[in-house]
Amino acid sequence: MVQKLDTLIESPSQTAGPYVHIGTVPTYAGLGGIYEQEIGESPIADGAKGEVITITGTVADATGWVLRDAMFETWQPDAAGKFAGDAGADPAVSGWARVCADPESGEWTLKTVKPGSTTLRDGRVQAPHISVWLVARGINIGLQTRIYFEDEDNSADPLLNRIEQRPRVDTLIAKRTGDGEYRFDIRIAGPQETVFLDI
Amino acid sequence: MTDQSPLIPRNREMHPVPYYPDYKTSVARSPSLPLISMESTPSEETGPRFGHNKLGALDNNLILNWTKGAAPAVGERVLMHGRVLDENNRPVPNTLIEIWQANAGGRYRHIKDTYFAPLDPNFGGCGRTITDENGRYEFLTIRPGAYPWPNRGNDWRPMHIHISVFGHAFGQRLITQMYFEGDPLINRCPIAATIRERSQLDRLVAPLDMASARPMDFLAYKFDIVLRGRRQTMFENKMEGM
Repeated sequence: MVQKLDTLIESPSQTAGPYVHIGTVPTYAGLGGIYEQEIGESPIADGAKGEVITITGTVADATGWVLRDAMFETWQPDAAGKFAGDAGADPAVSGWARVCADPESGEWTLKTVKPGSTTLRDGRVQAPHISVWLVARGINIGLQTRIYFEDEDNSADPLLNRIEQRPRVDTLIAKRTGDGEYRFDIRIAGPQETVFLDI
Repeated sequence: MTDQSPLIPRNREMHPVPYYPDYKTSVARSPSLPLISMESTPSEETGPRFGHNKLGALDNNLILNWTKGAAPAVGERVLMHGRVLDENNRPVPNTLIEIWQANAGGRYRHIKDTYFAPLDPNFGGCGRTITDENGRYEFLTIRPGAYPWPNRGNDWRPMHIHISVFGHAFGQRLITQMYFEGDPLINRCPIAATIRERSQLDRLVAPLDMASARPMDFLAYKFDIVLRGRRQTMFENKMEGM
């Protein structure tokens, strides 16, 4: 026998299921008005500093079929790299949003400001990115990934440099399609499988 | 300034397997390549906070919130309550919890649910609250019905309530489900079975808690939730939070 640890174990995850929208985005599910104020509608308010950008994409399964029921959350710092709650953070950037696939086409859109870079405890700098946490029916534990940007210097990013198969880095990089416009498709499995994270 | 020491890495053996053929939808919706592991960064160590100002008075009362108090939902009245803790056995105060569930007949109020059990005109099916300074939360709701779903030939979901918890860091984000003590459908459910470690599945089964039940009003079920903790050693250059 040994001494007993005082630590607990994290509760296990379960799938968010097909009706995740009821609990997280009730208006989308047809329950508009149940709450006076819904949350997660936008990561920015009027007057947010920095470049306003729009990212569009899809979430596809292993067969390439685009999910109509995908929901993900995004979390990011403001244009200066400060997270909501940090001293001096832009008050117009909450940094958090819920994004739903269109029930007909499966396309999603996120309008936000381009995040700034952030620094790790050891001084290394992370290239600008938006964190993503994806849930849906069939996903038993939420999938973490990140959206980086093609027009930023990603060469020294600590996470991207951990990816052995270099072509897979591309799955984390949003492609610029126009002025302030980007494309980012998530592929849960199969060819061009997105890199998912355990951080 | 909030505590931003590193998150304890997830022990994925204590979680469901992503790929589980008996839960058919998981087959095409699970990554086939390994996840990239790394120590947490500010992107995971920070997270959104929600104030009480976003919440309405009936938001945690699913019996009344759909009709704004005009008429109660049909079903067995149940108090769902418990604490949110972290892996260091500390309460997680002021964190948002959202729940959603089927009505007493096993039907969700959602455009995609076509099960022929009727909708209850007095039941919406979602609620939210913020934990108090001791990490406690409460919802008043009705016991959801079990329902059949298209998977194998005759699969039924046990009675369950979906729960979403934020914690204080985006890397703590968790969605799970609460089951009810004694439900024989738990052991037949392929979604519950995605958790291979039985002692972990047991942690999602809420016991009947008669000490919190109110006579002639509602039964109670206790459901504690544990989120990832932060590493707490003297060698992290950070003394706060010790």
